[in-house]
Amino acid sequence: MNWLRQLLSRRQQYRELSEEIQTHLDEKVEELVADGISEEKARQMAMREFGNVGLVEQKGRDVWAWPSVENWLADVRYAGRSLRKNPGFTAVALLTIALGIGANAAVFTVLNSVLLKPLNYPHAEELVGLHQTAPGAQGLADFTNGLLLSPSMYFTYSEHNQTLQSLGVWIAGNANVTGRAEPEQVRTIAVTDGVLETLGVPPAAGRWFSETDQVPRGPETVMLSYDYWQRRFGGSPTVVGQNLTIDSRSREIVGVMPKGFQIVDQNFDVLAPLALDRGKAILAGFGFHGIARLRPGKTLAEANADITRMLPIWMDSFSNGPGTNPHIYETWRITPMIRPLKQEVIGNVGELLWVVMGTIGLVMLIACANVTNLLLVRVEARQQELAVRAALGSGWMRIVRGLLVESLMLGLMGGVVGIGLTFAGVRLLLAIGPTNLPRLNEIALDARTLGFTLLLSVLSGVLFGAIPTLKYAAPRAVSALPSLGRTMSASRERHHTRNLLVVGQVAMALVLLVSAGLMIRTFRALRTVDPGFRDPRHLQLVRISIPDSLVAEPSRVTRIQNAIVDKLAAIQGVSSAAFSSGMPLEAVDSPWDEIFAQDKVYSGDQIAPLRLYKNISPGLLKTAGTKLMAGREMTWGEVYGLRPEVLISENLAREMWGTPSAAIGKQLRAFQQMPWHEVIGVVEDVREKSVQEKAPEIVYWPPLVNNRFAPAIRSATFVIRSERAGTESFLNEIQGAVWSVNSNLPLASVRTMQEVYDKSLARTSFTLVMLGLAGAMALALGVIGIYGVMSYTVSQRKPEIGIRLALGAQQKDVLEMVLRQGMQWALVGVGIGAAAGFGLTQLMRALLFGVSAHDPLTFIGVAAVLIFIALLACYVPARRAVLVDPTVALRYE
Amino acid sequence: MTGKPTQRDLFPGALEMMILRTLKRQPMHGYALVQHIKRTSDDLLQIEEGSLYPALQRLLHQDLVKAEWGISSTNRRVRIYRLTAEGRKHLEREVSSFERMLKGITQVLAPGEL
Repeated sequence: MNWLRQLLSRRQQYRELSEEIQTHLDEKVEELVADGISEEKARQMAMREFGNVGLVEQKGRDVWAWPSVENWLADVRYAGRSLRKNPGFTAVALLTIALGIGANAAVFTVLNSVLLKPLNYPHAEELVGLHQTAPGAQGLADFTNGLLLSPSMYFTYSEHNQTLQSLGVWIAGNANVTGRAEPEQVRTIAVTDGVLETLGVPPAAGRWFSETDQVPRGPETVMLSYDYWQRRFGGSPTVVGQNLTIDSRSREIVGVMPKGFQIVDQNFDVLAPLALDRGKAILAGFGFHGIARLRPGKTLAEANADITRMLPIWMDSFSNGPGTNPHIYETWRITPMIRPLKQEVIGNVGELLWVVMGTIGLVMLIACANVTNLLLVRVEARQQELAVRAALGSGWMRIVRGLLVESLMLGLMGGVVGIGLTFAGVRLLLAIGPTNLPRLNEIALDARTLGFTLLLSVLSGVLFGAIPTLKYAAPRAVSALPSLGRTMSASRERHHTRNLLVVGQVAMALVLLVSAGLMIRTFRALRTVDPGFRDPRHLQLVRISIPDSLVAEPSRVTRIQNAIVDKLAAIQGVSSAAFSSGMPLEAVDSPWDEIFAQDKVYSGDQIAPLRLYKNISPGLLKTAGTKLMAGREMTWGEVYGLRPEVLISENLAREMWGTPSAAIGKQLRAFQQMPWHEVIGVVEDVREKSVQEKAPEIVYWPPLVNNRFAPAIRSATFVIRSERAGTESFLNEIQGAVWSVNSNLPLASVRTMQEVYDKSLARTSFTLVMLGLAGAMALALGVIGIYGVMSYTVSQRKPEIGIRLALGAQQKDVLEMVLRQGMQWALVGVGIGAAAGFGLTQLMRALLFGVSAHDPLTFIGVAAVLIFIALLACYVPARRAVLVDPTVALRYE
Repeated sequence: MTGKPTQRDLFPGALEMMILRTLKRQPMHGYALVQHIKRTSDDLLQIEEGSLYPALQRLLHQDLVKAEWGISSTNRRVRIYRLTAEGRKHLEREVSSFERMLKGITQVLAPGEL
């Protein structure tokens, strides 16, 4: 605290010093007068003996002052003045830096919020997703999203684990809320005991589910999300204790979760207890997401070992019914791969964000190179000033520091403007970013973003300040003086720095343009993939669920759905209508099952290959424009007659029987008690999960099946083909048509197939836009950079060119010489960029489709474009130079 | 630097050392300090009286001396400086290093071995 005291008492010290000096002089005078000298003379003598009072005081004060701080302030003031004196330079440099910093900070904000920040749960580092795989399972081959948990696994794990504080399973779904204005479909998540306890976020009102809420057929309770509470109950404080009719059952609202609370990556409107019945649990039913909280000090590896230990217990404790072998699952080789919950939430978006961050970072480097160039030119123009300062005794360090302070100030000012741009940039990113980006609602500027911006400002300030400073301030300060005013061609060494900058800029621009080019090629490749449906713009989709509490009888459900289809088809402008358990790319998780063929042999201790299955109504293929490769669609008569008939995908037909037509007439079933179903049609392959992913093998059951587990589908996507798809009036008519059949049915997920398709490409198009923007910025900055360097170099060489011309050189030859010298550096840049791009594009391989990371066409095309642009940027100033009249050029000498 | 014959500068820290040494014997105020140093050096050391004060400020800053306002023998309000414990130690170190240096210089300057 000593320095603080000193700071505060500084003025006091100064006053005391002055008083002391005065006293000293008085005492001296008095002594001299006592010796018999006249007062006036004595005062003069005293002053002489003492020395310069002002200087002494100054030196005394210096002891207490902070010379370094005050010198820095002087440097800052000086830098500010010199920046103000060159508004053109300052504006261009500032804008370049601000754009670079703003873009970087915006992308970093997203990256930070999505990837780096811990999840919004207390002690989120202890949370894990109970991920597991089954590499031994056939057919579906890889469970790309992992093998989810079955209820029996949940019971086994929660009863026998030794590494977890708590665990629970959950499943997302939909439900119809009625009795409050219009019927509404809401997003539900059903949770077991342990889910809320694991996440550890207390309710905003009321309470969590209790153990008694989880008793099967026990009390019917529900919790609300904050948003749903606000939206439907206006945030009423008395909502706890009220009832809500969900799927025609009245449930008591026991609590409200706080704002922003999600179950892992899922938003919801209402939470309900899953109320699993332990007595009825079988081994199968792998449909539930598991989450857990590790006990303190336990590692992922220990938890994995714990699950591995429990798998035999699971198989010993449960079965799939009499006569089945519970240890049949050993062939699946179920392997726990527990991972941090954060990884579960963010999925594979990390790759995309890092690639975008990397490209934007490169743009920043190019921007820095441009500013460096500007500063180089400026420092050169200031040689005289610097030399004079040096000659007047200004220290080397002081000059270097002055220049650095100036560039740091530019960096920091750029950072301040950049922060403003960041706000706009984040908003833009959110607008164009994929809506299925995880943690989208958590994206916000925080201290880390501000820290990043500050760091970036300082680093860029140092980066573009260091080169000109080191290059010019130190060694030339003295030697510059004699040559002042003398125009001569700059030395080779001087050009060297600038040429290196050109090389760097061209190289980086090439890398960015190549990555943008690869994304364009990817996007084009994706657009040419046949997804297995036609003209999606004119396909209207709407999801309707019929809960069993509303309609119990399965065949009645199908009849209601049939009636809806008929009503929809009767709307003016509709060419056909149908429904399916889920349309391709819709991100409805299609279920899977074992599929046996009658003419194949299956060994008893093995599980048959697993296949995705769907249920489709008659007319769906025709409506969606999905081609039949062989056979025919089903009729409504056959559906109601429970005719055992089925359709399969082309790739499944080829795998099992060689050709589509060979599959017709073959028999399939999903389990022993099910009758054999005859294959009557083979459907073209459909991109189910994403356009990128290969089409899976699919079995298409009719909407009503002779199957005790799932006799009728209750949630279906209705598909309507019409030119009017997506229009307001059309949607109203659809709603009227549905409600004329049953007025308790809400319409959900109303959209066109085109929207579904676009959304599935959202990440690719987002990457394309971002890399495209980065590439465009790089190109613009690169052109400005090359042009700037070339025209400056040429203008410096004007007298030399003048001499050459005066001595008889041909304009053409001089032009060629200038071009050759300029182009050689651009070519070096292209070469380095191509080599670097060859390595760097590997990093974005996961984002590419249908194009190699080393696509020669992209590399050659981009290189050609860059070379052409560099040629242009060299040609314009070179041309101007040779057109100058030699006598004019020489007159300056 | 200027054409005027320069007075011989003291080596850096010499003035401070003399101040500390003087104050070690007894606390005194600035004017008395100057007169004492001039007197004891038989006016051999040409120091400007004023240069004492920045030196005193430096010593204050380093906490080697402390100052209190008091009344001088001539009845003036003056700042009386005294040595701190830290100043005492510092002086000892300085003196011994100065003596070593002086010994070295004397040996080099000693006639005979050239």
